[in-house]
Amino acid sequence: MRTDPGNKSTTAEFEKALNRTGDGQYVLRLYLTGSTIRSNRAVTAIKILCERYLKGRYDLEIVDLRQHPDRADAAQIFALPTLVKVLPLPSRRLVGDLTDPDRVLIALDLKPAKK
Amino acid sequence: MKTGSENIMEQADGTPTLELAKAPTGIHGLDELTGGGLPKGRPTLLCGSAGCGKTLIAMEFLVRGATEYGEPGVFMAFEERTEELASNFASLGHDLNALVAQKKLMLNFVHIEPSEIEETGEYDLEGLFIRLGHAIDSIGAKRVVLDTIEALFSGLNDTAILRAELRRLFRWLKDKGVTAIITGERGETTFTRHGLEEYVADCVILLDHRVAENMATRRLRIVKYRGSNHGTSEYPFLIDAGGVSIRTITSMGLKHIASTERVSSGVPRLDAMMGGQGYYRASSVLVSGTAGSGKTSLAAHFAAAAVARGERCLWLAFEESASQIIRNMRSIGIDLEPAVTQGLLRFQAERPTTSGMEMHLVSVRMHVKEFQPRVVVIDPVTNLISLGSLAEIRSLLIRLIDFLKMQQITALFTSLTTDGTCLGATDAGVSSLMDTWLLLRDLESGAEHNRGLHLLKSRGMAHSNQVREFLLTNQGVELRDVYLGPSGAMLMGSARDALEAQEKAAELVREQLTEGKQRELERKRQAMEARIRVLRAEYEVEQAEILKGIGQDQSLADELAGDRIEMGKRREADATATPQTPAPDGK
Repeated sequence: MRTDPGNKSTTAEFEKALNRTGDGQYVLRLYLTGSTIRSNRAVTAIKILCERYLKGRYDLEIVDLRQHPDRADAAQIFALPTLVKVLPLPSRRLVGDLTDPDRVLIALDLKPAKK
Repeated sequence: MKTGSENIMEQADGTPTLELAKAPTGIHGLDELTGGGLPKGRPTLLCGSAGCGKTLIAMEFLVRGATEYGEPGVFMAFEERTEELASNFASLGHDLNALVAQKKLMLNFVHIEPSEIEETGEYDLEGLFIRLGHAIDSIGAKRVVLDTIEALFSGLNDTAILRAELRRLFRWLKDKGVTAIITGERGETTFTRHGLEEYVADCVILLDHRVAENMATRRLRIVKYRGSNHGTSEYPFLIDAGGVSIRTITSMGLKHIASTERVSSGVPRLDAMMGGQGYYRASSVLVSGTAGSGKTSLAAHFAAAAVARGERCLWLAFEESASQIIRNMRSIGIDLEPAVTQGLLRFQAERPTTSGMEMHLVSVRMHVKEFQPRVVVIDPVTNLISLGSLAEIRSLLIRLIDFLKMQQITALFTSLTTDGTCLGATDAGVSSLMDTWLLLRDLESGAEHNRGLHLLKSRGMAHSNQVREFLLTNQGVELRDVYLGPSGAMLMGSARDALEAQEKAAELVREQLTEGKQRELERKRQAMEARIRVLRAEYEVEQAEILKGIGQDQSLADELAGDRIEMGKRREADATATPQTPAPDGK
């Protein structure tokens, strides 16, 4: 984790600052292979979620690793499909076909984590 | 070594069998153990607990493959970053970055950060396949290492998916035809924590790192090797600056050539005890003795003799430092220092406890390979014995002796015995491996210690069975015959000196007596000759007188005869005799 749990006030300020500078802008990358059923499911799911929760403030790139195998190393991908939340920080990796909307929203900080 | 895909071999009964193709690892010992290497084109599971050398063996397999067998390799690391790998292996003498630059090696770090990962549905490991496939294709890799793929289990929770995907991965590796090593962490009851052995069925190698008597030894065991014979025991292996090597007793065998050449022990009298020529070349010599009995001195003579012959000598000292040995040997007139500076003698001094037993064997091998000595001194071998059980020591020494014999190196081992009269169990256990066994005994008599040297055995040569007194003098080791006292007891030291003095005195007396007698004889001879001279003088005088007398008588007779002729003439007698008789010359 990139936060410092030992100093809560600083952590809060840091996150506030991040939200200000980023203006809540999301940078997402979805890595997948070709047009498998699983890939298609993931693409559909993320598009719906983005339109519903992040309309106008997201940048989604879909990367087919069959076409760009070299990008897998740089992005440290091993499971597919993987959605990487590049911004806002902290970065997250959502492994799977994104068919569990609750988990996806929590991972993207669009919904508070369950108690 | 087989590098083809599959070789068809005829068995003894004539039925052709498919001999498994093998990819040599190039790791010393492992190829002997596996009969040529790992199953080619198949995955091998290498499992063991943390720190037992999995990564190292796997990397060695790739590096040797790339440098020695022309097979590029991909190292996919799940635990260490590529920079860390490169720096770790630089200390073992492998320049991974250079191999990477030459496209002989590809390092690929798969970073799994569990805290960043959220599972949101179904997935597969296609990303890993793509990366691995890309890496393999980019350098034409023939070998692959996955270290440690079980790290995936820490990042992903759906074990059902992971298991299915791993099964697919191993099948895919086989289809790719790459020889792969998959490492796995040792589990509680299974070989690997997540049961990888279920998927990798061809070859399973288990590593172990055990601590016994405060010494850690790494061991390797081939649990399974489908379709191939393999060594089944646990074999110790080592990791040092030269890489990994696995020692097996069977890896050497009794194939060394016995030399008939002799090398001097450095002590002429000792050489004389062994038929006048010394030890056989490439034989092993054990010198046992109690503390301070002169084992090191004997070794120093041997080393000095080797150096004098212009041969290189390696001295492995486990008790004294090099300078201490040099100083001490100077006190008995052996100066080893010039040989050290000339580079003919090398001391390798270290406490045996600084490293495990196997490490010593490897360090000996390393020094021998590098220094190429003809003579090796190990002083004392008993200190190694403190490192393990007798069985382990025997196995170590067997391998050490075999190794030295193969290199045609003559080795002298010193061994410390606790009691001069009875031999230590270790000696008895070790001595059967030795060709020549010298025993230095402390013999106590007349309230003093003296040293005695026995030649207990010396294979393949006539040798003296007599005890010699062993003296350390300013000129080095000296062997002397042992005096036998009147009671048959051996006399040594001052008792021997006393006896010698006694004998000398008696000798002197005898000499004096003889001289007196000779003088007496001379005198008698002279007296006799004087008498002879007197008698001869008297005789000569008498002879002269007698001869004179004879002469007078003759002339008288002549005269008388002349008178008779005259008388006859005068009487006109024609005496017949007279004219024939010549007239004697009157004197």
